[in-house]
Amino acid sequence: MVNKSTIGHREKTMSQHKKSQNFLSKLKTNLKKRFSGDSVFRTIVALIACNIFIILGLIIFKITQGSWLSIQTYGINFIWGTTWQPFPSNTNTPPIFGALPLIWGTLITSAIALLLGVPISLGIALALSEFAPKNFNYVISFFVELLAAIPSVIYGLWGIFVLIPFLQNNVYPHLQAALGFLPLFQGTIRGSSVLTGGIVLAIMIIPTVSAISRDVFAAVPNSQREAIIALGATRWEKARIVMRYGRSGVVGAIMLGLGRAVGETMAITMVIGNSFNMFTSLFEPGSTLASIVANEFTEASSPPVYISALMEVGLILFALAIVINASARLIIWRSTRKIKEVEMF
Amino acid sequence: MNYKIVAIAEAVILIAVTVGFAVYSMYSTDQPIRLSGAGATFPAPLIQKWSAEFKDMTGVQINYEGIGSGGGVKQFTEKTVDFGASDPPMKDSEFSAAPGTLHVPITIGGVVPIYNIQGISKGLNFSGQVLADIFRLNITKWSDPRITTINPGVTLPDAAIIVCHRSDSSGTTKVFTSFLSDESATWKAMYGAANVINWPSQTIGGKGNPGVAAAVQQNPNSIGYVELSYALESNISYGKVQNAAGNFVEPTLETLSAAASAVSLILPPGDASWASVGSYFNLHNVEGADNAYPIASFSYILVYKELNVRPGMTLEKAKALTWFLWWAIHDGQHYASRLSYVSLPQAVVTHNEATLRMITFNGQQVNDWT
Repeated sequence: MVNKSTIGHREKTMSQHKKSQNFLSKLKTNLKKRFSGDSVFRTIVALIACNIFIILGLIIFKITQGSWLSIQTYGINFIWGTTWQPFPSNTNTPPIFGALPLIWGTLITSAIALLLGVPISLGIALALSEFAPKNFNYVISFFVELLAAIPSVIYGLWGIFVLIPFLQNNVYPHLQAALGFLPLFQGTIRGSSVLTGGIVLAIMIIPTVSAISRDVFAAVPNSQREAIIALGATRWEKARIVMRYGRSGVVGAIMLGLGRAVGETMAITMVIGNSFNMFTSLFEPGSTLASIVANEFTEASSPPVYISALMEVGLILFALAIVINASARLIIWRSTRKIKEVEMF
Repeated sequence: MNYKIVAIAEAVILIAVTVGFAVYSMYSTDQPIRLSGAGATFPAPLIQKWSAEFKDMTGVQINYEGIGSGGGVKQFTEKTVDFGASDPPMKDSEFSAAPGTLHVPITIGGVVPIYNIQGISKGLNFSGQVLADIFRLNITKWSDPRITTINPGVTLPDAAIIVCHRSDSSGTTKVFTSFLSDESATWKAMYGAANVINWPSQTIGGKGNPGVAAAVQQNPNSIGYVELSYALESNISYGKVQNAAGNFVEPTLETLSAAASAVSLILPPGDASWASVGSYFNLHNVEGADNAYPIASFSYILVYKELNVRPGMTLEKAKALTWFLWWAIHDGQHYASRLSYVSLPQAVVTHNEATLRMITFNGQQVNDWT
């Protein structure tokens, strides 16, 4: 009895299995008939995607090739030198190029941008993910994303005509009065200065940093929030837990913001004062890697090493951007993977 | 279903646009004569105005790209455009690389010192030496005796001078620093004359004329330099500059024109090298320049004497080009003052007429000039 029934059961399952197999193969052929273009499409899309590598490779190749003359002529001195003299007063002496003040300007303005922009961005992101009611949320997100859509030349114009007069008359004098004992805030106050450049950059990175941080915070599992609330935490404590949880993702967001600040060209050129200057005070004018290219590339034609030097500035900028973006991706990728792993359990 | 409709609509629009554009370009390239030019940005608005007027009159289409003087000379030498334009005349090395180049001055530019001192309107006196000392930060205060002695009766503040300059590579900087180099040996030794100067640190660079003007307007007690037309059109104080005759001359359309008239006596023939004219008019040994503003220069159109060297040139195009240039130096000059450009004095127009008569196509003179 027992045997019979088991055999019968086995037969039954066998036939069921066969049936389902039949069904699957039918479906497969059906699908194949319908989508015979699939593989063709897949190849085309893959080829298009591969273009990215070709484009990137060509850019690297071209910039390196263009800057080769300068690399050979100036070597490491290009990075340490502090003189930028494409047309020396004595026409018999060769031009001199050293990019240290540019690197210095780029790093300091970006640092100011992060210092001012990141706390605001994190505030926005926390408000959106933890505190704000949904309707309010939509409105704020909309405006933050609108900030990202403003062309940088508009930021520059606004910087020249609105921000600079305001800062110069209403903010900087007080700043100097309060913090003038620091070398950073000494000297003649100038509107077009490193500090103004940093402030404009700070405004420009807010959309990037806040949008990504918001997504990172939103990815924090609710179980974490529920757990901490169950322990009787306040909203601030909950926000702290969320921030700690999304820490590495936020670092990634900051790095992307940094990438934007480092590469920003038009707006910074319009407000930084464009002086080739190893500044010590933030009220002094300066220059960045991107701004000197924007300023001088258009008419740089005659000594060939001049164009090459500007290309090398571009190469340094490109290398900086790649390092920043790659580390940002790495950090974000690691943080999201961690969160996903936690979610699985 | 929806997707299908959208996809079909997209495809239809794409095809329609492509076909439409192809038909349009086929149709339009066949019809009118097209000429192309490239070069200096300073005369670009004027040349573009001329192109528009000339097209209405004759149907000839002229595309001018303001890419900078350096780029203009380069494209002209490579013969990728029908005419080039440059603020400075070609250097001797450039001239020998493009044999048969004619220089045709089409308008006059001037560089003026602008400043922002509370309570002082336009008309402050400067000499070349004083400007050089200010811009190399040797004179650091407005109350410096070197400034006050040439400005009797003006009370200048005891305030630090903030120096502003062009940050972008610019012919305006070249003209200004060429003047400073001729006036001050120290300036020449330290900074020289070029499109980009290794300015003293602490000076502010602004992008373009508007950038310098904004920097000057925003920084009290500052000084800068801009193109004359920009100074005339914006509400900004500008100074007088001492010329070779010793007079302090206010920059106006008339005093720039006077400078061009004075220099017309020593202009080389149109088909020679114009390098001797230099980046600006050095009127130190020229008679009759008492009322000439000292920091002035021509802006040139460059054109080949024998037009068949340009690939694709036809007799029709050659005729159109010479006609355009002839019209530009005569009737076209009426548009100059309306756009705050200085129109050419008669002596320079006469000089240009002789230059344009040299133009040939396949050895034949192109137009019968009357």
